[in-house]
Amino acid sequence: MTDQSDKKIAIETIDLLKRFDNEIVINKLNLRIPFGTSMGIMGPSGTGKSVLLKCILGLTEYEGDIFYEGTLLEKKNRGIFYKNFGMLFQGSALFDSLTVWQNIAFKLINSAKKISNSEAKEIAIHLLRDVGLDENVCKLMPSELSGGMQKRVALARALADKPSLLFFDEPTTGLDPLTSSSINELISTIVKRDNITSLIISHDPSSIIAICDEVIFIEDGKIGWRGKASKMKFSNHQLLKKYLGSLQV
Amino acid sequence: MNWNKKKNLTLILLNTLGNNIINLTSLMGSLVIFVSHALTRSVMPPFFIKEYGKQIVVIGWASLPVVGLTAFFTGGALALQIYSGGSRLNAESAVPSIVAIGFLRELGPVLCGLMVAGRVSSAIAAELATMRVTEQIDALVTLATDPIKYLVAPRIIITTLFLPILTGVGNIIGIYGGYLVSTEKLGFNPSMYIESTFKYIEMGDITSSLIKATIFGLLISTMGCFFGFRASKGALGVGRATTNAVVSASILILASNYLLTELMFKS
Repeated sequence: MTDQSDKKIAIETIDLLKRFDNEIVINKLNLRIPFGTSMGIMGPSGTGKSVLLKCILGLTEYEGDIFYEGTLLEKKNRGIFYKNFGMLFQGSALFDSLTVWQNIAFKLINSAKKISNSEAKEIAIHLLRDVGLDENVCKLMPSELSGGMQKRVALARALADKPSLLFFDEPTTGLDPLTSSSINELISTIVKRDNITSLIISHDPSSIIAICDEVIFIEDGKIGWRGKASKMKFSNHQLLKKYLGSLQV
Repeated sequence: MNWNKKKNLTLILLNTLGNNIINLTSLMGSLVIFVSHALTRSVMPPFFIKEYGKQIVVIGWASLPVVGLTAFFTGGALALQIYSGGSRLNAESAVPSIVAIGFLRELGPVLCGLMVAGRVSSAIAAELATMRVTEQIDALVTLATDPIKYLVAPRIIITTLFLPILTGVGNIIGIYGGYLVSTEKLGFNPSMYIESTFKYIEMGDITSSLIKATIFGLLISTMGCFFGFRASKGALGVGRATTNAVVSASILILASNYLLTELMFKS
């Protein structure tokens, strides 16, 4: 499956529809994310950004089709999707009962690869350094870390199994501007370095501009505007202009 | 009240009743599917052995003091009550056998079940509900791990297997509590007390105690996991899940205890 520019498509949604009772949150959304692209999704609260993410992840029921590398995703074959996938959650979602290194190496330890604990710990320490943290952090519990450190650990966990696809749900929410900026830079560097296809949901235009190649602005469950991240500021789309204006971009 | 008003009121009542029945049926259906998923997945690889080990400590080992203390004091109080009541009928000598039979058949499994429901069911519900609202369960899914298999199955299996063990220990401690009060305070001869205790105990008393405990264990863990796993709406949802888990587990223990007693001791 390829798009107009002959780039292979990693993820495609066709007529994706999600409703809660009678309220339609995502309205027949058609989305294509080519391989190696960083796609940003923006939009006012309640427009279905996070719901879209949950639909793609299979965490909620939906109507329509979602394809991964041309294969229709269903309940039974979600495994192929999760195998090459990593995710940074809004609140980091680190496991409270596990240490930092156990969190990072979770997928490695529990996968069929049967990696030993010492090997997994080594990989975790390497990943910690990769996200700019000291190896001493590895023995700490998530509750002992600051918000920024938790995001870095969650990013290391998402990268542990060398994913080809990474999703970010509000990666800088709750962080101060300096930490946000360093997290944006880190994500951008890793995504570009490892040529990872990524989908970033954010309210923060600076995150989108720093990380993404393309942006989709969601309006009433549909794509309101789509274009290059760098051109977002110059868009004539009324709601997008208003949205960016309210954020003083 | 005219005819139309009466008709409207009846319709509202029927509507409410119908909705409640549908909700209850749907809840029970979800519950059955949830338990069957957990039990079937628990026998399929991969097995999260470490999680099972952790639950043995958290659920089994850590519940021992609560169960032991409850059983000990209840055994003592039971001996005092039976002695005081029995003296009205000149039946003080029945204290050892009634304490033992009463503990094995009823008090042991029910008290142990209720104490573990308070301790374990609430803890399971709170833990899983917190994991749900902080997206840790979603994170498990994205890490290619089945949360039912990783979180629910170990808790249900370990609670179901360990409640009979805890009940067995509780029974022994409870009977010992009765023995201690009877011999130290009520003037019973120790060897006579032990002899009377064992004289009237039958194998059926022990097996019924363990069967009840197994079923209570399944109920306790299922309620904790089910309500915790379905939690939503932040801190409010966590609190609600915990309350629902403990209340439903306690009521189910008492109701199923009656049904099991009816089934096992009807003759």
